[in-house]
Amino acid sequence: MKSYDKLIFELSKEGRCAYSLPNCSLCNKELIEYIPKEFLNEEEVNLPQVSEVDIIRHYTNLSQLNYGVDTGFYPLGSCTMKYNPKINEDVASIEGLCHIHPYQPEETVQGSLELMYNLSNLLSEISGMDKTTLQPAAGAHGELTGLMLIKAYHESRKDFKRTKIIVPDSAHGTNPASAAVAGFEIIEIQSNKSGALDLDTLKSVLNDEVAGLMLTNPSTLGLFEKNMKKIADLVHEAGGLLYYDGANMNAIMGKVRPGDMGFDVMHYNLHKTFSTPHGGGGPGSGPVGVKEHLIPFLPIPAIDKKDDKYILDYDRPDSIGKVKGFYGNYGVFIKAYAYILTMGAEGIKEVSETAVLNANYMMNKLKEYYSLPIDQVCKHEFVLGGLKGDHLGVSTIDVAKRLIDYGYHPPTIYFPLIINEALMIEPTETESIETLDKFIEVMIKIAKEAKKNINLLKNAPYHTPVRRIDEAKAARNLILKWEK
Amino acid sequence: MHKYIPNTEDDKRYMLHSIGAKSIEDLFEDIPKELRLSRELYIGKSLSEIELIKHMKELANKNKSTNELISFLGAGAYDHYIPAIIKHITTRSEFLTAYTPYQAEISQGTLRVIFEYQTMICNLTGMDVSNASMYDGPTACVEASIMACESTKRKSIIVSKTVHPEVRKVLHTYMKFRKIEVVEVDMNDGVTDVEKLKSIADKNTAGVIIQTPNFFGIIEDLTEVEKIIHENKGMLITYVDPISLGILKTPRQLGADIAVGEGQSLGNNLNFGGPYLGFLATKSKWVRKMPGRIVGQSMDQDGKRAFVLTLQAREQHIRRYKATSNICSNQGLNALMAVIYLTTMGKKGLREVATRCVQKSHYALDKITKENKFKPLFNKPFFKEFAVTSHIESKVVNQELLKNGILGGYEIGKDYTEFKNGLLFAVTEKRIDEEINKLSKVLEGMK
Repeated sequence: MKSYDKLIFELSKEGRCAYSLPNCSLCNKELIEYIPKEFLNEEEVNLPQVSEVDIIRHYTNLSQLNYGVDTGFYPLGSCTMKYNPKINEDVASIEGLCHIHPYQPEETVQGSLELMYNLSNLLSEISGMDKTTLQPAAGAHGELTGLMLIKAYHESRKDFKRTKIIVPDSAHGTNPASAAVAGFEIIEIQSNKSGALDLDTLKSVLNDEVAGLMLTNPSTLGLFEKNMKKIADLVHEAGGLLYYDGANMNAIMGKVRPGDMGFDVMHYNLHKTFSTPHGGGGPGSGPVGVKEHLIPFLPIPAIDKKDDKYILDYDRPDSIGKVKGFYGNYGVFIKAYAYILTMGAEGIKEVSETAVLNANYMMNKLKEYYSLPIDQVCKHEFVLGGLKGDHLGVSTIDVAKRLIDYGYHPPTIYFPLIINEALMIEPTETESIETLDKFIEVMIKIAKEAKKNINLLKNAPYHTPVRRIDEAKAARNLILKWEK
Repeated sequence: MHKYIPNTEDDKRYMLHSIGAKSIEDLFEDIPKELRLSRELYIGKSLSEIELIKHMKELANKNKSTNELISFLGAGAYDHYIPAIIKHITTRSEFLTAYTPYQAEISQGTLRVIFEYQTMICNLTGMDVSNASMYDGPTACVEASIMACESTKRKSIIVSKTVHPEVRKVLHTYMKFRKIEVVEVDMNDGVTDVEKLKSIADKNTAGVIIQTPNFFGIIEDLTEVEKIIHENKGMLITYVDPISLGILKTPRQLGADIAVGEGQSLGNNLNFGGPYLGFLATKSKWVRKMPGRIVGQSMDQDGKRAFVLTLQAREQHIRRYKATSNICSNQGLNALMAVIYLTTMGKKGLREVATRCVQKSHYALDKITKENKFKPLFNKPFFKEFAVTSHIESKVVNQELLKNGILGGYEIGKDYTEFKNGLLFAVTEKRIDEEINKLSKVLEGMK
């Protein structure tokens, strides 16, 4: 990777300019003639002054300090870093689809509404839910929305006692955080030795104060909850609802559906399962699917079809309200919609089958060199417990950093919290056997290096624009903006 | 075989053999039979690229885009000029297809962009610290309110009725669940009623939210508001239009404690309402209460300047249910668009764009109200939007405008029943005199 150390402000020079605006015959009078002086800022905002060439070079250079899915293999567990198809980007930038104002009259946005209506139906079918809202902007936002729906449901039945949400200790960190933001108390329960939900533990916390259980299935360990049916029955019998964290949907499409497993509400991550790019941290999109009994509470507006016209329906008295401005991350919807249409029913199933096959293939080859705390058939991902045997203080972070030197993005590390030295690997279906084999080879090589020369790992990476960064210093001595 | 799935049938057979499985089905044995889907999904057959493009274009043809219409529609989403280079940079796959920059050594591109973004938002708002961006303006405003409640240990928020209705709706939803009271303060002649605010604000008020320029485009005078809220030791949250900050006083100068807003205007397509980005900036002393991602500058082991996500101890993956917020992403790509926009315009360009918005919108108001058929709804200084009213139903006005290829104003009566025939027009720097003259001509012709 190339080294480049500038910030755009450091390229600024008084008088340089990168914009042009047309001549304006209406623009003669001074501001002060329109707006009283006391509202005006006399100072200019400190922004860079650069030429267009400067901008293009700078950001091209910055981009080259990054690693994307298009750069190489990205086995980041729980994040489903699959290939992001280029045609989806193209269709999302069709003028007639993207230059649309959210408040345009309905008759001028029928195409966009139809797309959203169709996407929401496709998602419902894939998950076995009855209706899907597209409004939430990300997975965590979807969780929050789903939990609000659970609360609204109980309260609509005058059941005000249900203030607690059960979350397994293997759950994504956002689960408990979202439950707290939705105003719930959290009961965290321990998983059993094989990483599954323990039925007795579950029974011991179920009572009439429990609003619901949040579950990822397959779990964050990549394992399917075999007792799913029993879990669903227990929670429902106790009067609670089941929330499905859709982060791991890539394992099960066309094979089993959250709706058929007994879940009442769930979120999807369009940026994981449905191939939309992560953009270095967003935008994502976290639609929420629900069963019949939760439909009345979905956010407004709902997108419906009436007499062959698509409409935005605000007349929903039991709705929780709005959770986001406008209708959600529509630009992301277009890409996910294009993806589902491109895959079709057979393709979607093949996605999950291949993702699971790829994961099992890798797991099987790696377990000889890395510890595998739970050795059973996995779904789309698996969790290793660091290097196997005596490795003289080399930890998972060192393995991860060494992988970077070999040109890979490391797996997710130190998550889930219930596995020591966790290395969570999710290959996805878009990787070939050759890519997997090369990665496995490198992982084995690193395991051997760890036995011979630990410094090679401890000081990795060597071949990156910057090397290991002092995170403590960043937090202690806060520098959060550029200053001259 | 599918084009996004490289492994061939032979590859798959070999892989199955290597793990000792007979078929793919063996790998799904752990899913109880009674739960499994025993049919194909009803989502249709795979479309080829040609078929897909055709279908998407058909959908697009059922829309009328702002490229075909002359838009005077704003109300929180604006048709500003978007420099061509934005698309070229944001479609670079190293930015587009990267994950959150957790592995800092191979994410310096994203991290530096966010650091630049934080700097620009601080410079725009006059604040000390900014996060890496949030979902959108309304949710950023919610996060600011929660932050005010956490910082003051109070549970009541006051919001002016001149704040965007959509922002207030989202605020009400969130706060209902957090059991935080939201009190709306009335307006008077298009601005926040300061006397009423004075009577409501007290020692239980965590913060006051004022939008300026407000929903009606009017620049609010915050002199009194600032005193009232600070006398009660609450926090002032301003919801601002970033373009307006090219000429208007910064939130810092207005005495704000937290500045938030919708960043769409900064180089982001209208995209039917999203994805956009929300910004949130505050003073140093509240940095640890600030939600969302933050990038900080540090050094690598060789002493080289390096950037990294920092203060993660506040975040959900560490704090879980004790986190300051559940947000665990930012609008990375949209923030990149904002950064390139602000860089392209620079300090001169931003000022010029903002100035033109003022000049053109005032020209439009004069022109529209000349014949007295349409009257200004308020008489206050405004930025790029203004409200007018007439004896004609606003929906009828908009239908007539649409017939003439014009996307009319926001129908204010939907949210403010007292202004039944009110229309809110937005005039950005993109509108030219012929377009404004056409608007005024159609309006004049209305009966």
